[in-house]
Amino acid sequence: MITPAVPKSWYLPSKPHKFCPGCGHGIVLKALGETIDELEIQDNTIFGCDIGCSLLSWDFFACDSTQTHHGRTTPVMVGIKRARPELITIGYMGDGGGYSIGSQHLLNAAVRNEKVTLILVNNTNYGMTGGQMAPTTLPGQKTETTPYGRDPELTGYPTRGPEFLAELTPDSAYIARATVSKYKQLKRFLRNALRNQIEGNGFSFVEVLSTCPTNWRTNAQQTWRFLEDEMEPYFPVGELKSPFGKGGDK
Amino acid sequence: MQTNLKVIGDTKKSFVTGNEAVTWAALAAGAEMMFGYPITPQNEVMHYWTRLAPKYGRGFLQTEDEISAGFTVCGAVQAGTKAFTATAGPGNVLMQEPFGMAEAMRLPLFAVIQQRGGPSSGTVIYSQQEVTLTTYGGNGEGHRIVYSTATHQEIYDYTIKGFNVAWKYRFPTFLLGDGYQAKMREPLEMYDPQERGIEIVPTYPLIGLDGHIGENREPQHLCNIYSLEEELYEVVMRFAEEYESISPELVEYREEQCDDADIIILSHGVVSRAADDAVKALRAQGIKAGSFRPITLRPFPQAQLREAIAKSGAKKILIAESAYGQLDRLTKQEIYGETIKIENLFKPGVGIIDYDIVSKVKSIL
Repeated sequence: MITPAVPKSWYLPSKPHKFCPGCGHGIVLKALGETIDELEIQDNTIFGCDIGCSLLSWDFFACDSTQTHHGRTTPVMVGIKRARPELITIGYMGDGGGYSIGSQHLLNAAVRNEKVTLILVNNTNYGMTGGQMAPTTLPGQKTETTPYGRDPELTGYPTRGPEFLAELTPDSAYIARATVSKYKQLKRFLRNALRNQIEGNGFSFVEVLSTCPTNWRTNAQQTWRFLEDEMEPYFPVGELKSPFGKGGDK
Repeated sequence: MQTNLKVIGDTKKSFVTGNEAVTWAALAAGAEMMFGYPITPQNEVMHYWTRLAPKYGRGFLQTEDEISAGFTVCGAVQAGTKAFTATAGPGNVLMQEPFGMAEAMRLPLFAVIQQRGGPSSGTVIYSQQEVTLTTYGGNGEGHRIVYSTATHQEIYDYTIKGFNVAWKYRFPTFLLGDGYQAKMREPLEMYDPQERGIEIVPTYPLIGLDGHIGENREPQHLCNIYSLEEELYEVVMRFAEEYESISPELVEYREEQCDDADIIILSHGVVSRAADDAVKALRAQGIKAGSFRPITLRPFPQAQLREAIAKSGAKKILIAESAYGQLDRLTKQEIYGETIKIENLFKPGVGIIDYDIVSKVKSIL
């Protein structure tokens, strides 16, 4: 079988997409689109997007989709899933929406083991609003609200989301961190996160390390270097919790 | 969800709290899910719901806060489920965010507000200080439907009606009660709405539709944010036009002895009971008093109030409320241009009895 270049679940009238050149969102959404196709869940998937750059995905898919508010994607998806458990709910958010303004929703949804799949794109800043410090901004990293570099004495250390979520969830949850620099692994993690919901096991969460050359003010080479050399050492990539076990996800 | 709709068999008399009345009415109206967070004085709505709901195949989730309770309702109604929440005071403040989303996305959200004292945590007891918040809260235009009840029977009736109105018109709909109504017991006649000929408005999903995308249906893309000023303008203007066009059929009010009144006592909710008693007492003393009560605070019965002023030839209105001028401001903006003198009896966060109103009327006539 020849895999088509464009996932079937993409909404073509909204292409080309609206993300900046070099942004990692397109990679995440391509992997997600291919995964939706492979799992054949397009018709009963509800895609919900946060406010921020993730909002630009609101009409990305030919799936029923809904916009929420900044940080509130998690409760909206929980409400949909609780109302109609047969639907596959995918919440898509950034690091600010998930780890800052929506953190108590994220934390409590995890504790309750809500059977939703949440994808959080970590690009270490608030992109849409012009590049402010995010919970994930690295120590020393310059942003619009840390113009001299993030000082952990003043603003703490970057949030490691999957690590704290793994602590809060039972074994039936799926928690992973992927990166746009490892596409096959990213797809595998997204597939597991959706499979975990389809099988009715529990909460599923994938953080994806991503790129923001616009606000990082980096060229292509510097962008990739920041992702692989700065972000990945601080935010280790891998599955932190999986009901499928090692190798059970193939 | 498999729900058992038959909740109330034969009509029965009961002696219950207002919060219990809300729960029975919500069950009778076919509500399928409640999302809630504890706050006094609405807690017993959840308490009764969690006891009764499983018996009728209904669901419940206690969320992490009121923001989440409001947004989970938004999600559930998008999926076509009859869902609701109940809150008060600071919880009502937090819910303004999801209520705003419901306004923007025209979601059939229904919420019960049991007013408590404010500002801030205020008291857990009673007030009428959530009028402004419930009618015009949020960063929008107040495209909401708000029923202010006065009795347990009305709580029951308007809870059933509230769900119907929300699903018929898709403007967020509120039942505005208060701590007194929430907590006190009084007689109530519970009935099956369908037995009374009240048609239950059917629910339907906005997302998660049947069929195959690209074959026999298009994907749904629901939004609340727009790129251009003009896009938003068109949406809000369309909502305003729709809201104004349905307002005449939504407006509800009650008036007592306004025809020849020298003074009209204007109040809403539980205070209107004191106003009605005051009218009786004043009439017995030869003072021609009448009372006017908006049942819908949004939309406001402004034409009807203007008519009451005109036909009575009253010289004064006395606005009595357990707030510092929230009904007063609402009324003044609605009857702009009337020259009748408006007096007030403001008791923020404190109950008003007939004696208070009688004394006030005598002091100003």
